[in-house]
Amino acid sequence: MSVGAFEAFTLVVRRELCLSFRRPDQLLQPLVFFLIVTTLFPLGLSPQMSLLRDMSPGVLWVAALLSSLLSLDSLFKSDADDGTLEQLALCGQGLTVIVMAKTFAHWLVTGAALVLVSPVVGTALGIPIGAFSTMMLSLVLGTLTLSWLGAIGAGLTVGLKRGNVLLSLIVLPLAMPLLIFGASATDRAISGTSAAGPLYFLAALCVFTCTLAPFAATVALRITLE
Amino acid sequence: MSTALDGLCVEKVHVWRGDRHVLKGVSLALRPRQLLHIRGPNGTGKTTLLRVVCGLLRPEQGLVSWLGQPISSHRSDYQAALAFASHEPALKGDLTALENLRFAVGLKRRVTAEELRDSLERTGVAACADLPARVLSAGQRRRVAMARVLAMGASLWLLDEPFTNLDAAGTDLTAALLQGHVAQGGSALVVAHHDLNIDVDLRRLDLGA
Repeated sequence: MSVGAFEAFTLVVRRELCLSFRRPDQLLQPLVFFLIVTTLFPLGLSPQMSLLRDMSPGVLWVAALLSSLLSLDSLFKSDADDGTLEQLALCGQGLTVIVMAKTFAHWLVTGAALVLVSPVVGTALGIPIGAFSTMMLSLVLGTLTLSWLGAIGAGLTVGLKRGNVLLSLIVLPLAMPLLIFGASATDRAISGTSAAGPLYFLAALCVFTCTLAPFAATVALRITLE
Repeated sequence: MSTALDGLCVEKVHVWRGDRHVLKGVSLALRPRQLLHIRGPNGTGKTTLLRVVCGLLRPEQGLVSWLGQPISSHRSDYQAALAFASHEPALKGDLTALENLRFAVGLKRRVTAEELRDSLERTGVAACADLPARVLSAGQRRRVAMARVLAMGASLWLLDEPFTNLDAAGTDLTAALLQGHVAQGGSALVVAHHDLNIDVDLRRLDLGA
């Protein structure tokens, strides 16, 4: 009885979530980083509400990008180190399904978690409640795109001993549009104008990477497996 | 060499790693009910050959075929038919032995917990089923890895040093499992340093000779 691709996808997602929850320290690291950076800013700056509101979209997005980057390194690394990546590559499902499942699971424990705590951070930065929905939507699109971009980078650098720096160098320039459009969407929501433009751009980037990055990451990973 | 239509066939495979010419025109054929023992000193490309046979490494020259077709043309069918055990046990330390098996074997075929416990029983590590893999000894991990090979129900076993870290009983047990597998119509390619004393159609390939 063979196993279908969707079944394989859910099995790998379950495996990744199971592994993440057995390691709460690693699970919480990006989240704690995000919370610390964003709560330090209001303390460091003057507590003027108007200044905070001007700064908050940029602060929020820079912190979100950097905290997502923190955990990208481990996406394929631990599996490559202990030989389980070879087992996954030979499971008969095609590496693309495995890559998609692993990246999606990675987004669930980093990106989605970050989106869930963002209202807390938004409150600390003085973002009005009315702007929360736009802020969270832009973060969903942005972190999802970043996870996919990161999967390509992680696939390319998985064979390197200290691939972390190289990974940041590969991913950060590609993530610049996310920062620009994400911050601008949040900014517009705060000032009460329509955020549709930047959100459409984010959505387009998200669809673009979701459809093409799995294949690019698979090729990158196959090269490093050789 | 005649192409083995019912088995595995490797024809004149060349692999370079950087400047080193690791595999220099290696050919082999493996049919059902056969066991091929690959021997050779360290660094002669035994593991490289195994990775080529798995399809993890594409040879610069030469062809690997399974059931008469190149493995690259029917990769998922080929992968479904093989069980690979690398020299690392490939277990996640944070998962229990049983969970490790469930997530690895579950990608290959639908499998129940009883079947997995049964294969752990057959390799003598049933008592470790619910322990995290990180607390197991190296020999116990090797046995769990062997249980994974068993549970996959594959017809072609590709084993890289399956006897490492095993005690005398474990070595006998692995040899008996190999014998049983081959006697039931399977085939196996085993990289091992010491002599195999298994009562089956046993061929030998010496690399670097």
